[in-house]
Amino acid sequence: MASKKNNPKEVTENDSNSRRDFIKKSGLFTALAFTPPSLVMASENKWDEKIAEYLETVPLSIEVNGKKHNLNIEPRTTLLDLLREQLQLTGTKKGCDHGQCGACTVHVNGTRILSCLTLASMQQNAQVTTIEGLSNGKKLHPMQEAFIKHDGFQCGYCTPGQIMSGIACIKEGHANSREEIREYMSGNICRCGAYHNIVDAITEVKEGGKEL
Amino acid sequence: MKNFQIIRALSSRTAVTNISKEKEAMFIAGGTNLVDLMKKNVVAPDKLIDINGLDLKKIEFLKGKVSIGALAKNSQVAEDATIKEKHPLLSLALAAGASQQIRHMATVGGNMLQKTRCSYYYNTDMPCNKRTPKSGCGAIGGSNRMHAVFGASDSCIAVHPSDMCIALAALDAQVLVEGPKGKRQIKFTDFHRLPGNTPEKDNNLEAKELITAIEIPDHNFTKNIHYLKVRDRTSYAFALVSVAAALDLKNNVIKDVRLAMGGVAHKPWRLTEAEEFLKGKTVSEEIFRQAGDLAMKGARTYGGNDFKITLGANTITEALIIAASK
Repeated sequence: MASKKNNPKEVTENDSNSRRDFIKKSGLFTALAFTPPSLVMASENKWDEKIAEYLETVPLSIEVNGKKHNLNIEPRTTLLDLLREQLQLTGTKKGCDHGQCGACTVHVNGTRILSCLTLASMQQNAQVTTIEGLSNGKKLHPMQEAFIKHDGFQCGYCTPGQIMSGIACIKEGHANSREEIREYMSGNICRCGAYHNIVDAITEVKEGGKEL
Repeated sequence: MKNFQIIRALSSRTAVTNISKEKEAMFIAGGTNLVDLMKKNVVAPDKLIDINGLDLKKIEFLKGKVSIGALAKNSQVAEDATIKEKHPLLSLALAAGASQQIRHMATVGGNMLQKTRCSYYYNTDMPCNKRTPKSGCGAIGGSNRMHAVFGASDSCIAVHPSDMCIALAALDAQVLVEGPKGKRQIKFTDFHRLPGNTPEKDNNLEAKELITAIEIPDHNFTKNIHYLKVRDRTSYAFALVSVAAALDLKNNVIKDVRLAMGGVAHKPWRLTEAEEFLKGKTVSEEIFRQAGDLAMKGARTYGGNDFKITLGANTITEALIIAASK
């Protein structure tokens, strides 16, 4: 049973490996015969892949939470993916990734937007603020303090988006009543249903009158 | 999402020239709809021409009209003090659409070009004549609660999703476009199309044309106006039906009136018959009720959206009552 001969899987693999090897080697010899030596070296160092990768990227200068970054990114990278996957700023959350939940809300040049529907390649020289950029050292932003005080969350997943949106809501002048806050915060969905406490938190910060 | 090339256009001329060279190129402005469509592989351009650098963001109050640049943001227009004063219907309609984050991103031109929210259009596993011509319509005989009751065809019963466009249709706006053949103007109510046999065409823009501005002629609809949007939740949802109502009243007599409806057709649906009926009449709930019933005559429903006939008539009546009482 244990012998190699009786194990069909191994026999097939060996066969296919040797066939694949043969094709690979003969292909390589044919290629070598017709290819200038410089390109062979390029291929060995995977330069072609590196060049292709480079050609498919665009340069991007972007400032995030006061720190400048010079990057090369694929044009299809969303601002959300850039923040989370390349800059390791995972405070901004990916909820629906389709502009329906608001969890990815960040400020770009002082305006709240949805980072999941924003191509990073279109944000040349933009100034981005995420939830990580709010606190002053260990001192939390007034809106962060208010969310804790009023229990403006349960699971916390929508909270970074809610806080970024709440700050903008006040700055825009749309926090003059509970109704207005609800209307202008409607792009931020909270599945735990902490809305009442979120409105409390925003109202308190608004009434506190601190500069945000 | 399929990867693509992206270039930044510096003038409308270069944008149009650049797009003319490519078969699968598209303009991108706010991207709130296009990026979503690309993620779902409903559209997959090879090249995007980023037009955000173009000088098309201004709102200019000219003699007899206002000109709004195609790249003006939805929130910028909605909250402009003079727009609120001179064109409050437009401001209300804009504020009823999407969320504030999206309004900060979305542009006037892009709003006009957004695609229907028919779920069959967005699901590439489903038939949809608009997405893939001749593949069939999933909504006819399917889930069609959100769908059209006016002007639909056997090919497509999708509805146009914009709120802003309903107000612009009511206000007799004009669309300014620039293309490889030069500049031209399109009447707003002629801009969007009915589906017919070519539901893949949402509007009458020609290939490679770019919207540069919209213009609204001055009017007297500054006081007795209302935009009433009925939806599944109080905010941040597409309309089941919506009504833009504008009255020009003198001693309670209707001198002039504009009515347009959203959520009922493949384009903003102007209610010209009801407008004619109301002209010269004295304001009363009964008259508004009759206008609502008249407007919904000829509506055709598809099972899931049968309720839209009653809802439509009631929404027209209510919008007119609110407008008259302002």
